[in-house]
Amino acid sequence: MNFEFSEEQNLLREQAHGFLKANCPPAAVRKILEGKASYDEKLWHQIAEMGWTATTIPEQYGGLGLGYLELCVIAEELGRAVAPVPFSSSVYLATEALLLAGSQEQKELWLPRLAAGEAIGTFALAEGPGRTSPKSLKVALSQGRLRGTKIGVVDGDIADFAIVVAKSRAGDKASWYLVDLTQRNVKRSVVSTLDPTRSHASITLRSADAQLLGADGEGWALTQKLLDRAAILFAWEQVGGADAALNMAKEYALGRYAFGRSIASYQAIKHKLATAYIKNTLARSNCYYGAWALNTNAAELALAAASARVAAIQAYYFASKENIQTHGGMGFTWEFDCQFYYRRAKLLSVNIGSESFWQDRLITAVEHSNVA
Amino acid sequence: MDFNDTAAEARFRDEARTWLTANVPTTNELEGLDYIAKARLWQKRKYDAGWACLRWPKEYGGRGAGAMDQVIWGQEESKFDTPQSVFMIGQGMAAPTLMTYAADEHKKRYLPKLASGEEIWCQLFSEPAGGSDLAALRTRSEKRGDEWIVNGQKIWTSGAHYSDWGILVTRSDPTVPKHKGLTYFFLDMKTPGIEIKPIKQISGGANFNEVYFTDVRIPDSQRLGAVGQGWQVSLTTLMNERASIGAGGAGVNFNLAYKLAQKVMIDDRPAIEDRSVRARLANWYVEEAGLKYTGYRTMTAMSRGQTPGPENSIGKAVGAPKTQDMASFCMDLLEMSGAINDPEIAEAAGLIQMTFMAAPGGRIAGGTDEILLNILAERVLGLPQDVRVDKGIPFNEVPTGRG
Repeated sequence: MNFEFSEEQNLLREQAHGFLKANCPPAAVRKILEGKASYDEKLWHQIAEMGWTATTIPEQYGGLGLGYLELCVIAEELGRAVAPVPFSSSVYLATEALLLAGSQEQKELWLPRLAAGEAIGTFALAEGPGRTSPKSLKVALSQGRLRGTKIGVVDGDIADFAIVVAKSRAGDKASWYLVDLTQRNVKRSVVSTLDPTRSHASITLRSADAQLLGADGEGWALTQKLLDRAAILFAWEQVGGADAALNMAKEYALGRYAFGRSIASYQAIKHKLATAYIKNTLARSNCYYGAWALNTNAAELALAAASARVAAIQAYYFASKENIQTHGGMGFTWEFDCQFYYRRAKLLSVNIGSESFWQDRLITAVEHSNVA
Repeated sequence: MDFNDTAAEARFRDEARTWLTANVPTTNELEGLDYIAKARLWQKRKYDAGWACLRWPKEYGGRGAGAMDQVIWGQEESKFDTPQSVFMIGQGMAAPTLMTYAADEHKKRYLPKLASGEEIWCQLFSEPAGGSDLAALRTRSEKRGDEWIVNGQKIWTSGAHYSDWGILVTRSDPTVPKHKGLTYFFLDMKTPGIEIKPIKQISGGANFNEVYFTDVRIPDSQRLGAVGQGWQVSLTTLMNERASIGAGGAGVNFNLAYKLAQKVMIDDRPAIEDRSVRARLANWYVEEAGLKYTGYRTMTAMSRGQTPGPENSIGKAVGAPKTQDMASFCMDLLEMSGAINDPEIAEAAGLIQMTFMAAPGGRIAGGTDEILLNILAERVLGLPQDVRVDKGIPFNEVPTGRG
């Protein structure tokens, strides 16, 4: 049994942790929360310089050609730091989408720029409230050009391009399109969201120039593949955040005295924090399995992804809300950092499909496998 | 990252599997034996071939094997239908205590018979007034010459009625604070003055007993640890309790609930198509998988020579309430026939209802849910102990309330 990260991977974790502690302290997160900037541009360039954006991109496209275990390690640390950078959109979604379905030419054009952090990519699926399906899609081709609106695209205001899920040519299925967001026929407007440390935009395509990514009509199947892969990376970010929220609650409880003693000595608080520890541990262990499945492209990937994702959504939500509760009234103040985790936990949980979406997907994966 | 054995582990697994395949008792061999005789037959066979109590030194009947071999053996043995063990308390709790505190001649006398299954041991710890707060126990021991005279009552003693020996913690001095006045012994369960009464549980079973002591005489040579050191000795026993009780929860699990949901109908459609059913099953899947992979991580650490710590309390803390909730949910899936436990007609021959009635016990035995959360909070997260109002007060001045 060797169900553990390697020494090199743990070293990478320590480096990432140390780097983010120095370069992405709570004050840096707060600056984005309170300021006008969409993201921490300086941090983003530093991250790119360290090669994190290039982790899984093959060397022929300017990447490092490392495995997904390394990327999971980085994801956890970014989650712990609540980093205000477009890493999830650009790396877990856009880069993965290009690796999954890009033509040689598309890969050669975008992957080196993604690897270097010179380009930011994102993934545009939702068009309104509720779950998107091939039937519900309205964005479609008209005379070879894309028309329609994608709402609340994460990093949509800063991304250079988006992978847009739209109707297929025949209109009965979905296709992926690669859309340069800097063109004149794309209108972007920033939308306010629950978590201002991660910017969002609505993107209106007015006869936008678009290139098919993958085969026409394959967009929905590709989306499912992409979501499974991204779910594991998102889950690692969530586990990192959940761990940070639990630690914050613990440190506060230890130092906060009421009725003559540390509130960390009251069972009401201890049991709450022990429960968070249990949820975090279950999520982390499911994430380990997800990391293994992603790295080996295992047949169990869909089931591993859904399990990691469900566990991580639940763990981060619990830890982030109970961190506020442990802080009492101060946790509810703008001045305290508890809000970072509470906002990010919920954002990450709706970003690529909600808890119930993934619970359903988990059982579907069981139905499709012979494991049960 | 992989799930493979090391070369040495693979060899050991092979050897274990080969032996098990050839030696697990057949139905014919077990025919007509009661469960204790079945358990003894299997234990003796393992002992004779060097497969009993793997981690114990060879001189005491073990194999001198490592922790990882023990895990591998457990995995392989669980793949066979073997007689249920009645030696867990003796081998898992009494033996480590004897190894730490008993005199050499006692170790040589008692440990091999524990390993071979010839002698069964029970644990006489809990009392009506000392459960989670074990150190509040009142069973009195008084030294008279070379003997101790014991009076009082123990409760929740599994297997007292078929045990040959017991480990016992008593109060030898009520005038000092509670942890300081305890003394620990082992004793012959046939000693005059011991009276055993089975406790009928809500599940209908009677696995536990009340054990009454009236002027029971124990030789001082059967004391483990110093007079007044009983609490430290007890901790050695208890450290091994959760390790030997483990997560349990076999029977009603994700697989059973999933298959049931495929079979029973909601509005003429299989229940598994219902969104709320899927959501709840998914949550339990995640818990089971989380425990399984946490176990893999622990095994990896053990494989690298590390010792598992208190974080393993998570298994029972998650598993026990999950079992209860899943049994309840499965009965809901059965709707109006959910309450039927007649094995002739009930789903899974009544296993679901039996589990439902046994589950409250699982959440209490071997550390309640609440105690397990305290352990995780204090020993893993490093949070302080709760205030103890009896701290430093002589035991006989501590308020006792009812009972």
